[in-house]
Amino acid sequence: MRLHRFNPGVFRLICILVVLGAGARAFGEDIPLSERRSGYDTMGRDTKAMQDDDMANPATLWVLEGEALWNARGANAKSCADCHGDASSSMKGVAARYPAFDAKRDAPIDLAQRINICRSERQNATPFRFESRELLALTAFVARQSRGMPIEASDARMKPFVDAGRQMFHERLGQLNLSCAQCHDDNWGRQLAGSVIPQAHPTGYPIYRLEWQSLGSLQRRLRNCLFGMRAEPYDYGAPETIALESFLMWRARGMPMDAPAVRP
Amino acid sequence: MDQGRRELIKGAGAFACGMLLLTVRNAHATPATMQAAITSVFGNAEIGKGRVTLDIPTLVENGNTVPLTVSVESPMTATDYVKAIHIFNEKNPQPNVIGIHLGPRAGKAGISTRIRLADSQKVVAIAQMSDGSVWSDEVDVIVTLAACVESL
Amino acid sequence: MARPLINVPPKAKRGQVIEVKTLISHVMETGFRPSSIGEVLPRDIITQLVCSYNGEEIFRADLSPAIAANPFITFHTVATESGTLTFTWTGDNGFSESGQASITVE
Repeated sequence: MRLHRFNPGVFRLICILVVLGAGARAFGEDIPLSERRSGYDTMGRDTKAMQDDDMANPATLWVLEGEALWNARGANAKSCADCHGDASSSMKGVAARYPAFDAKRDAPIDLAQRINICRSERQNATPFRFESRELLALTAFVARQSRGMPIEASDARMKPFVDAGRQMFHERLGQLNLSCAQCHDDNWGRQLAGSVIPQAHPTGYPIYRLEWQSLGSLQRRLRNCLFGMRAEPYDYGAPETIALESFLMWRARGMPMDAPAVRP
Repeated sequence: MDQGRRELIKGAGAFACGMLLLTVRNAHATPATMQAAITSVFGNAEIGKGRVTLDIPTLVENGNTVPLTVSVESPMTATDYVKAIHIFNEKNPQPNVIGIHLGPRAGKAGISTRIRLADSQKVVAIAQMSDGSVWSDEVDVIVTLAACVESL
Repeated sequence: MARPLINVPPKAKRGQVIEVKTLISHVMETGFRPSSIGEVLPRDIITQLVCSYNGEEIFRADLSPAIAANPFITFHTVATESGTLTFTWTGDNGFSESGQASITVE
């Protein structure tokens, strides 16, 4: 039974950050590639084991469903495979460079949006709802094909959006007046109410989050973070979310993807 | 005035009953209910400590999904094997976790699964052998709330 | 829903003890959780997993709401002969799912 009425975790967060303020790292610096650590590294032995074995990783259930959807052809609708063939070659490296700049929209889109655009514009199929089982399954299946590949964020057209995301990352938000950077740049590796604070790189998305007991997107995770900070979460697909995602991928550039990952 | 008071008392009574149901519904397992659950499975058999190893993190990453492994020392022959492994908890809404039934065909008495733990508590694994003897292991587990949750 | 994931080594030596892993998609609604409007969501769990090896039961597990969603259960069995392992999950609201895996024992 979860006790959420008074969240002692949040109270502890305030206390801890006040105490640790003195020992904070240099504010706002990009973490050098050699020091970047995936959330995987901060997990316990048993949670790592869940991710390491595809047979034990609950995310595999979504990957298999995604594979079926990849090949499925609806009435009058094309399947993904009809254009893209074998995903293990055509989708290799794709998730590692999303969100990507879409020239038609003159803005970045993330992988889930890309899948939905394909469905409505090229497959004669209805787009899936954000965070629906089908969309997560397809995203997990596509992301799986980039496992081990380094995150790429070198498109110059993305710069204004990465910059907007960077600004959001450093902006103090919500009732606690906290910024993402205060935990994830300045205090990563330290404990917050029994959990280790990760650097917060999106190398593993979509993830099977133990808290959700389900697979979910980076957008969902960001909403959780904002809620935890007592700030207003952004809507699914909101430009702020995509900007923040774009910044996070830039911040993690060079790190290998480990999607779909398991995270607490 | 009398009618009004009667209605008020009836209403209060209904409210009190509702509260009682709510309390009963929210009752958590306690060490006593866990003990009762163990007795209902194993009767009054003496439960020894040992031969069973419950491998579960002492500080869990998330109480919603806690991986664990139970292994029991046994030759697993046709005449000397582990018949059953049961896992109990102290503070979830109900005391049972899982009941496993094995036989000599298992070859090895070892299982793993993922459980939910509502709060910091004791988790107990109890194995019954083919000769009727009962053995156990227990671990005190600390469970914390996640810092970033979905909603209140 | 995705089909269950069953992992049985495809080949084994006679008498070898093998590990069997199972993973199935299921929300395992406890029956204790309130919805966002306060009413308790009714229980909806898998209550049993049974595995048979060429028709003979070799493993049975009785699950409770304390088993996490997407139940993952592993166990061991002796590779006695070539054949089929059959897995059946049953649960609340008439839930029933099954899967099979073949093994070659030399």
